[in-house]
Amino acid sequence: MAEKILELKNVSKIYGSLKALADINLSVNAGDWLSIMGPSGSGKTTMINIIGCMDTPSLGNVILDNVDISRENAASLTRIRRDKIGLIFQQFHLISYLTAVENVMVAQYYHSMPDEDEAMEALEKVGLKDRAHHLPAQLSGGEQQRVCIARALINSPQILLGDEPTGNLDEENERIVVDIFRRLHDEGVTIIIVTHDPEVGDVAQRKIILEHGKIIDDIDQSATFGEALKLKGK
Amino acid sequence: MFWRMIFKTLVRQKSKMLMIAFTVILGVSLSTAMMNVMLGVGDKVNRELKVYGANITVRHKDAALMSDLYGLTEGLGVNDKFLYEEDIFKLKTIFWGFNILDFVPMLDGKAVLSVKGRAGVIGEVSLFGTWTEKHAILSTGEELATGLKTLRTWWEVEGEWLDEDENNSVMLGKNLALKNKIHVGDAVTLTNNGVVKNFIVKGIFNDGGTDDEKILMNLSAVQELMNLNGKISSIEVSALTTPDNDLARKAAQDPKSLSPDEYETWYCTAYVSAICHQIQEVIRDGVAKPVRQVAESEGTILNKTTLLMILITILSSIGSALAISNLITASVIERSQELGLLKALGAYNWQIALLVLIEVMLTGLFGGILGYFLGIGFAQIIGQTVFGSYIEIARMVILIVAVILFFVTLLGSVPAIRYLMALKPTEVLHGK
Repeated sequence: MAEKILELKNVSKIYGSLKALADINLSVNAGDWLSIMGPSGSGKTTMINIIGCMDTPSLGNVILDNVDISRENAASLTRIRRDKIGLIFQQFHLISYLTAVENVMVAQYYHSMPDEDEAMEALEKVGLKDRAHHLPAQLSGGEQQRVCIARALINSPQILLGDEPTGNLDEENERIVVDIFRRLHDEGVTIIIVTHDPEVGDVAQRKIILEHGKIIDDIDQSATFGEALKLKGK
Repeated sequence: MFWRMIFKTLVRQKSKMLMIAFTVILGVSLSTAMMNVMLGVGDKVNRELKVYGANITVRHKDAALMSDLYGLTEGLGVNDKFLYEEDIFKLKTIFWGFNILDFVPMLDGKAVLSVKGRAGVIGEVSLFGTWTEKHAILSTGEELATGLKTLRTWWEVEGEWLDEDENNSVMLGKNLALKNKIHVGDAVTLTNNGVVKNFIVKGIFNDGGTDDEKILMNLSAVQELMNLNGKISSIEVSALTTPDNDLARKAAQDPKSLSPDEYETWYCTAYVSAICHQIQEVIRDGVAKPVRQVAESEGTILNKTTLLMILITILSSIGSALAISNLITASVIERSQELGLLKALGAYNWQIALLVLIEVMLTGLFGGILGYFLGIGFAQIIGQTVFGSYIEIARMVILIVAVILFFVTLLGSVPAIRYLMALKPTEVLHGK
């Protein structure tokens, strides 16, 4: 049986009278690929912020790699996030004045020590070795997102966390990015992705649907997992 | 990676960084100019104030005593006590001899005045002999040019000043001349104890004081008339001094009350009391006293000038800090996504604060170096315009400016750093 990498126990996030998350319970095993879906305002971003150690729950517990991080202070959360989480954003958030390889090296710098060869290898994995010394403005949206994935992977995180990673991509680039996720999943990386796109949501092993801060559906897609990939890879 | 990020940020934000550098240049140049002027202004202001005349008078100790005890300025015990003319050049040999700018001997006397071509005599009048102009070469080889002309710059003279060693002419005080209808070019006779001498009135001076009732002659002419060769009544000294402080006031009362260390400090500082003390060491039977009004005015003006310079420096520093603060805060707000990303990637608050601070400090250093040299230029312009001479560059200003620059940029960065600390990655990274 696979080891639990993440567990949310009765997690709530309350802003005044608004419950962004209400009593969420969720377990994710190491190596899982989970999609989080739901309409706007359903609590997807709040959940990803809490899982990504960028926010803390108002109530309940978050167990990440067997450590309860629910009440950690900001500095501890920064350290945990740096060591265990790889973040991918819808808007890429690359530093505009640094080249692709330098953007990857920034994550190394704040984790341990920058190593250009290693950063080049990470770019090679996402098929961007020849674009390593280009500035973000010289890259297409898909290429920028691949740099963002390389940056998220460079420190070998335990969880790859994506917030609408294909939201700003065309179909061609969406396919390339999903294909990268598939390869990473094959290598055993745990992937959690928030998405609006049903096709991207469907390629995951498991899909949860959020509405009004609650999980209204938790769908095991293991049976159709391969098919979905095939559809995307057509 | 750190320096690569810093360098690339500086290049990318060059217009903003240039604005910060420009602000620093303005602040630092003003501070540098003010501090250099402030540190070099003492002598300059003192020199300017020398137009108000001598600030030290040396008299015979007995005459000074009579004056102190009984308020006597003439009569027995005052007029018959003399200093020696030959001692006068020793003033330039004291420890603070370089600060002695001008000095003149004075010999007071009385004589009976009559005007040629008029019947009878006008009566007994007061006269004083001095050097109107004096050029000499001291035993040290130093060339000396002094005289009453430089000590009485406010005098209005009708006619001309007496030349050096011009012993057959006199100058009359305005009141004396008006009262007796004596004009420039008139011939007058002075008589004292059977000595009769004829003179031409070369000039009439307006002092605005009691000297307007007197006759001015060259020293040797008065000595001859009074039969007092080599004798003088007093010496007027104009010296560059440092404003008094508690130590100087304590020493002025009694130098013996000072500890050896205090004495050394006092003796080696150009306090008026220290210079007076040193004058007394070389002038036989002499007692040197500051002309309080002049000395205190100099001190007050100097202190106020210094205070003004300090205030300008402080205000320019505050102004720079505020301007820097606005510019940095604007820059950080503009970069909040980038800085939020760094936090999301695992940078601690202090690491991001350090990144921003180093950027600002480097920009400040660049602006500071340019500002320093610009400030030296301003100081020289002020020196030339106001004091007619160059301001000496004080090395300690570099250190002071560096400290001010550090704290100004640090304080200016505080609001931006506070903003950074409070910045949550979630607030800037999920914009859709």
